Amino acid sequence: MNLTLKIWRQKNAETKGKIVNYSVADIEPDMSFLEMLDVLNEQLIMKGEEPVVFDHDCREGICGSCSLQINGEPHGPDRGVTTCQLHMRRFKDGDTITIEPFRAAAFPVIKDLVVDRGSFDRIQQAGGYISVNTSGNTQDANSIPVEKENADMSFYAATCIGCGACVAACKNASAMLFTSAKVSQFSLLPQGEVEADRRVLAMVEQMDKEGFGNCTNTGACEIECPKGISLENIARMNREYMKASVK
Amino acid sequence: MGIFESHSPKGPLADKWVNHKNKIDLVNPANKRNIDIIVVGTGLAGGSAAATLAELGYNVKTFCYQDSPRRAHSIAAQGGINAAKNYQGDGDSVYRLFYDTIKGGDYRSRESNVYRLAEVSGNIIDQCVAQGVPFAREYGGLLDNRSFGGVLVSRTFYAKGQTGQQLLLGAYSAMNRQINRGKIKSFNRHEMLDIVKVDGKARGIIARNLVTGELERHSAHAVVIASGGYGNVFYLSTNAMGSNVTAGWKIHKKGAYFANPCFTQIHPTCIPVSGDHQSKLTLMSESLRNDGRIWVPKNIEDAKAIREGKKKPTELSEDERDYYLERRYPAFGNLVPRDVASRAAKERCDAGYGVNKTGEAVYLDFSAAIMRYGKEAATTQHLSNPSEDQIIKLGKEVVEAKYGNLFQMYEKIVDQNPYETPMMIYPAVHYTMGGVWVDYNLQTTIPGCYAIGEANFSDHGANRLGASALMQGLADGYFVLPYTIGNYLSQDIRTGAISTKTAEFDAAEKEVRERLEKFVNNNGTKSVDHFHKILGKIMWNKVGMARNAEGLREAISEISALREEFWKDVKVPGNAQEMNPELEKAGRVADFLELGELFAKDALDRKESCGGHFREEYQTEEGEALRDDENFMYVAAWEYTGNPSEAILHKEELEYEDIEVKTRSYK
Amino acid sequence: MAKSALLKSSLAKKYWMAFSGLFLCLFLVGHLFGNFQLLLPVGDAARDQFNEYALFMTSNPLIKVLSYLTYFSIIFHAIDGLMLTIRNRKARPQGYVNFKPSANTVWASRNMGVLGTVILAFIVVHLYMFWGQMKFGELKDNLYTTANDQEVADLYTLTIQTFQDPQMGLIWAILYGIAMLAIAFHLSHGFASGFQSLGVNHPKYNGFIRKIGYAFAVLIPLGFAIIPFYIYFVLDKI
Repeated sequence: MNLTLKIWRQKNAETKGKIVNYSVADIEPDMSFLEMLDVLNEQLIMKGEEPVVFDHDCREGICGSCSLQINGEPHGPDRGVTTCQLHMRRFKDGDTITIEPFRAAAFPVIKDLVVDRGSFDRIQQAGGYISVNTSGNTQDANSIPVEKENADMSFYAATCIGCGACVAACKNASAMLFTSAKVSQFSLLPQGEVEADRRVLAMVEQMDKEGFGNCTNTGACEIECPKGISLENIARMNREYMKASVK
Repeated sequence: MGIFESHSPKGPLADKWVNHKNKIDLVNPANKRNIDIIVVGTGLAGGSAAATLAELGYNVKTFCYQDSPRRAHSIAAQGGINAAKNYQGDGDSVYRLFYDTIKGGDYRSRESNVYRLAEVSGNIIDQCVAQGVPFAREYGGLLDNRSFGGVLVSRTFYAKGQTGQQLLLGAYSAMNRQINRGKIKSFNRHEMLDIVKVDGKARGIIARNLVTGELERHSAHAVVIASGGYGNVFYLSTNAMGSNVTAGWKIHKKGAYFANPCFTQIHPTCIPVSGDHQSKLTLMSESLRNDGRIWVPKNIEDAKAIREGKKKPTELSEDERDYYLERRYPAFGNLVPRDVASRAAKERCDAGYGVNKTGEAVYLDFSAAIMRYGKEAATTQHLSNPSEDQIIKLGKEVVEAKYGNLFQMYEKIVDQNPYETPMMIYPAVHYTMGGVWVDYNLQTTIPGCYAIGEANFSDHGANRLGASALMQGLADGYFVLPYTIGNYLSQDIRTGAISTKTAEFDAAEKEVRERLEKFVNNNGTKSVDHFHKILGKIMWNKVGMARNAEGLREAISEISALREEFWKDVKVPGNAQEMNPELEKAGRVADFLELGELFAKDALDRKESCGGHFREEYQTEEGEALRDDENFMYVAAWEYTGNPSEAILHKEELEYEDIEVKTRSYK
Repeated sequence: MAKSALLKSSLAKKYWMAFSGLFLCLFLVGHLFGNFQLLLPVGDAARDQFNEYALFMTSNPLIKVLSYLTYFSIIFHAIDGLMLTIRNRKARPQGYVNFKPSANTVWASRNMGVLGTVILAFIVVHLYMFWGQMKFGELKDNLYTTANDQEVADLYTLTIQTFQDPQMGLIWAILYGIAMLAIAFHLSHGFASGFQSLGVNHPKYNGFIRKIGYAFAVLIPLGFAIIPFYIYFVLDKI
């Protein structure tokens, strides 16, 4: 199939960017979206132009590197997938596809479609851990039974790949889904409950500092999240935070 | 140099590690504050090592090419992590895990290292649970286990199909805690491009800031390489697009021996290649083999008809199917080790029984499992005389609960419903057992330079068992390196901060800069990927699942010629002073082009078949691998001398004191 | 930290938004039931009853506290909402060329600010038309005595006349109807959203909360909206 691509090109963080139109031909339906971009880049390199820079790594939907806003939605029109898992069979011959970087003040553009998601790292550095040293003498893994339901919920919260689609989809560029997933993962486990108050206060403070917007419960994040992280986590963080603040 | 010596402690096997830990020198807390350590790579091994070293008090700098440490490719590991906890009471023990690992590795790994690995495996699970890793649990609240290929016990801990992600996030959270304390400085989007040696010791690295293109000098008292494996030398592999050998290869060129490069694991259950555009391969967890049955048509005409789309697999009756693993290996059946399963698939496809349009795929069929689970579910639900449709429906529900995410992933990629029609799978390059040679302390032949995780030649010998890579990465990072490195650093407490304004740093930076400039000014006519794809084809066809002397010789000369052409004709757009992924790729492919040749040389040199290394000349009449313990029970450690083809072989003879060396049989 | 966290943080702003919003929902219920008295057949009885009720609502000390709380909530809800909106705008200085929020959100949830502004404008007009007249306007000086011997302002007649005005009556009714539509949409998102912001979310009860929210969002504004039309079309002319 033949496609028209409207791609955001921006030399670096200091310069202004713009949408540039490209066309690609002979795209096969079995290709992934990123492989389609590979084809474009090969074409550009051969023409002596600069290839389009985009983040990607594992190409199997788990590393969270890829991050494109495709036709107005993060990771494109499919649900429950990352861009690297989006296949071209989802598009039709002659389609025009707009490709933009994730937009948020806290995700400044580095180049073309690449953004800096270091703010996510800093939120986690603020408290997204359990303070335990490596010793080999922590207690036996089975010494604290964990209710299966809680263990499963903790796991589902922990499946967040930190791609930033929640921020990209949110009209407020809010990072609540991401932050709450981290808060939930730990607060649902007895191991993490001990420092739950400190954690949620510190992580929310950092989240606010990074310049993310507020949650207005539109639910866009949950729908666009490639891992289906639930809004329940946001509510849990709201509870945890309230509990920690009134203490 | 002159430290090509395993340094395995003396004494009984079970006491070696404890005795060694008791005797090695420690660095006191006040002195640790004055010692800097560089860790390159932030996967399971690098991340866990960085966190633990920082906890101990060292100043740690971590480097990763990804935008966050959390994205290292350990994250993609699906199945699980082994530990000799014996929570299932099925007879597991440290010794049995040790034994399985040695046997699974076809007796080509170092006994003392493997025993230590098994010994600390239980600690890993304790540590991870304490960190909040949400492993799967049973209704009683205790941890669940499952079984994996090549073993007879259930010792694998898992978190659905995302165990690697959860473990990595555990290590990453431990890192975050240390970053927050200021003990780790994390340099993301940075790539190590050379090591700097001062007086023969590793004292720093040259790294390129991938955002600005600037070259940076970083000094340290020790350098730890944890940059993963080199599977991408095959172009198509299950590795991440950015996974590379550069860090390992740079230290090799500066004096670290490279061991057993030809030991590469081809994973049996990957989604087959669909076309030339393919940029990477996707693994389906080996756990699928617990319930899936692997087959190809018995009659070659049926296979042909299926390839041409004239027949459907579901139309073939049981008699018309060849469950070749169950036929050849009745004891282990579909659960034979990875190398055996992969080779058997290749054998069938080469014989003309492949089932997709390229002829390179076999079926992984869940219909029997669906029926079996369906009947079980019908019984527990007290359904009398359930109809077949009811059974199938119940069975599908059970299978979905167990493998739902994998089935979904398959359907997304292949556009076929695996509940209705059997999955198609084919082997793909997945893991490299070979790597930088290290001694018992995980130190390379460069003093002060360590290699951990997949980057070292590891504990897996010639083949790795499922769920052992995560175990080794975390064992090295959490429990081995942080102790053994102290032994070396204890000599360094008076050194003080290391300056980067020295002739050694100048020289290393200059070399790196010239190479980068060469790329961007080369003005060739072909893209980096063009060369990488050709290299991959040579590797896959001649140095892949089955190798022979003639093909290997061809591969060596073809790779050498390709390398020459690459340097002449590669085209790298843009410049070196900006974010430039093509430039990054060029550097990595240049190193793969050298490694590939050493890889083939090593394979040619090893005139036996063992584990993942299968030489067609050395097989039994039944087509099984034929090992030559007399002549090849050694680690091949290669010393760089200026050209991969002229590398010098050093042999570390392997001695097995506590284990009887047997022919591996899964029949 | 904890103290400032309850005032300044983004989450706390949402708590206050939810508290004030849900409190205003309660207010709406009370207000609606008072208004239903306007549906009584025209006559002195209805007039007395309604005006006495109005007097009670403006003089009873407990109700007074509640009404001050209501005024405060409205103002606070608006200011807090404005602050949230400003911050949210800042969080994405460079927008998308192609943004497709309709793919993942409902219209009301994205337009709470706009809806809120419409509602605020309505409240100002509404207060001026009735409450203002009673408190500061002509009505204040023209009290009459009801059958129960209470001196009251004749808010009833003002209301009925407003919506029965031959020129403006229907227009007012329609404008009120539009304002109620804005409230309906505002509530359709706001009701359940308030619970979510306060952390009330459980898979078992979410559906219930949402349904109650939708029912609330339809029934209450509908109840309000019926009244002016009823006065215009059905009620006997004064």
